[in-house]
Amino acid sequence: MTRKQGLPLMVFDYQFFIEVLVGGLLSGIMYSLVALGFVLIYKTSGVLNFAQGSMLLFAALTFVSLEERGVPFALALAATLAVMVALGIAIERMVLRPLVNQPPITLFMATLGLSYVIEGAAQLVWGTQVHGLDLGIEDRPFEVHGVLISQFDLFAATVAGSLVALFSLFFRYTRIGLAFRAVADDQYAALAVGLKLPRVWAIVWTAAGVVALVAGLLWGARLGVQFSLSLVVLKALPVLVLGGFDSIAGAIIGGLLIGAIEKLSEVYVGPWFGGGIESWAAYVVALGFLLVRPAGLFGQKLVERA
Amino acid sequence: MALTQGPGRFITSERLGVLVLLIIAYGIIPTLGGSYLFDAILTPFLALSLAALGLNILTGYAGQVSLGSAAFLAIGAFAAFNFNLRVPGLPFAGSIVLAGLTAALIGIFFGLPSLRLKGFYLAVSTLAAQFFVQWALTKFSWFSNNNPSGVIDAPALTLAGTAFTGPVGRYLFSLTIVVLITFASTRLIRSQTGRNFIAVRDHETAARVIGVPVLATKLTAFGISSFIIGVAGVLWAFAYLRTVETAGFNIDRSFQILFIIIIGGLASLRGAFFGAAFIVVFPLLLSRLGGALFGGVFDSGVLEMSQRIGIGALIILFLILEPRGLAALLDRIWDWIRPRRVTA
Repeated sequence: MTRKQGLPLMVFDYQFFIEVLVGGLLSGIMYSLVALGFVLIYKTSGVLNFAQGSMLLFAALTFVSLEERGVPFALALAATLAVMVALGIAIERMVLRPLVNQPPITLFMATLGLSYVIEGAAQLVWGTQVHGLDLGIEDRPFEVHGVLISQFDLFAATVAGSLVALFSLFFRYTRIGLAFRAVADDQYAALAVGLKLPRVWAIVWTAAGVVALVAGLLWGARLGVQFSLSLVVLKALPVLVLGGFDSIAGAIIGGLLIGAIEKLSEVYVGPWFGGGIESWAAYVVALGFLLVRPAGLFGQKLVERA
Repeated sequence: MALTQGPGRFITSERLGVLVLLIIAYGIIPTLGGSYLFDAILTPFLALSLAALGLNILTGYAGQVSLGSAAFLAIGAFAAFNFNLRVPGLPFAGSIVLAGLTAALIGIFFGLPSLRLKGFYLAVSTLAAQFFVQWALTKFSWFSNNNPSGVIDAPALTLAGTAFTGPVGRYLFSLTIVVLITFASTRLIRSQTGRNFIAVRDHETAARVIGVPVLATKLTAFGISSFIIGVAGVLWAFAYLRTVETAGFNIDRSFQILFIIIIGGLASLRGAFFGAAFIVVFPLLLSRLGGALFGGVFDSGVLEMSQRIGIGALIILFLILEPRGLAALLDRIWDWIRPRRVTA
């Protein structure tokens, strides 16, 4: 904000604008990464999984704690992965299966409860102190045409991008991916052709667990691994609303848009309100958009709209 | 027996039960226990019950899920504080009503998305209320009368010329307001408006076909619910905490109120009270139990985490095993133990 002082109001600092924009887009990719976990589950089981944030915390906390106890990087990663798979299967068994055929909002409330259980368990087992997480990526900003870009953000964006590409290919070209799409399309028809819903769900929740691990590590390296990590879920929700709950592409585009809007509005609109509007600006934008297009940017048309 | 049975009688068993409850609440409870019972258990129980009652009208009866209840608690508390401060000569009862109306107005505004959105999308949109209100109340110091600490001592409670002081006084004050609103709510639920709520919840299109004004009904639900939650906010800040501050009205509080109605029973006014009682008593029981079983290992950190796990697990269990909550559970138990007449 200091840069703006002394400048006449009419002079527009393009370079500063670009820098804010790029920063916003890169942080938006981080939101997309969280949103991706939501989309995977929503697509195949019609559940808005509020526990995604706590899964992210759980994964990051498990990994960090293992590493701090001297477990080598690769082994810690494998062990955390195994834990996330077990968690995914356990959730399917103990929460989803008994609640099959319940209204979506009931399942949503169940995942709210689930997020409490996972957060509590993660911190009960590993403690509540803040852990630093170093992924060995240097965070030295470098300059492109006078615009500073964070190396770490770029790395995160690459990871997120490849993850999305991977999932898109997976959905399109593998048998399990096809099964996912079938289940997403019509559960009864999927059952009729012999797909095993419990197995599909277990795999999807496992995949969401893997996404949570990746997102947890990147966010954890950024913010430190602690309870507030589970709150990134609240950042991902406007992204989902904007992109549509059931679109992988929507999660990415939505994330980029929200990231950019958040940072730009904070810098250019925030001062009029005394700053700090980051916490709700994304929601207001997402809502305004929703009133015009209730299914989001890329979401399928909702049957249940008022 | 004949006096308490059958329709059309003035004294039904239900009314008798309510009368007994009121006698206990007003006559017997104030004579027992020390200030801990009132300040730490009963007064927060009453405030949370009232908030849950308000949310239950919106979520349980009208079917609109809200994750922003704590915002309306905050609006109620701050509105009452400001009316009390800035309007000279306004009786405290007036401040409470105006605070409720303020919350109702803002509630209707944040309810506008419900005209277009349903389900998750609506639930997410109510989060906007949560974040915006919390931000506005901390950002603009006018709301807290430019108090540097942001923590304001709440003024004394007076209702109709009587000052309610001390733990018992604050309890009776809360009790009176809760009783009044609960009676009004039972009437509301059985009125045409209440039936419209249920019709909209169960099948919106069908409701529209039989002539229920769906949009007006939804906004009414948001308005009434926010009014009640706003008044609950006044109780929470003025009678329980005795300070007005934004910190306690965060998203965790919103979830807590939602959990109360899930555990207590959606679409049940009694459920709000059962759920609130459970939420207030559960941590106390857990800390006693944990302390007895594990001794020193069971410190406050462990307690907080096991409390989270316990509440979360219970939510899932209730949704799976008894979606109608404690209210239905207790009904079943009562059916089982109540005295039955032997029929030939």
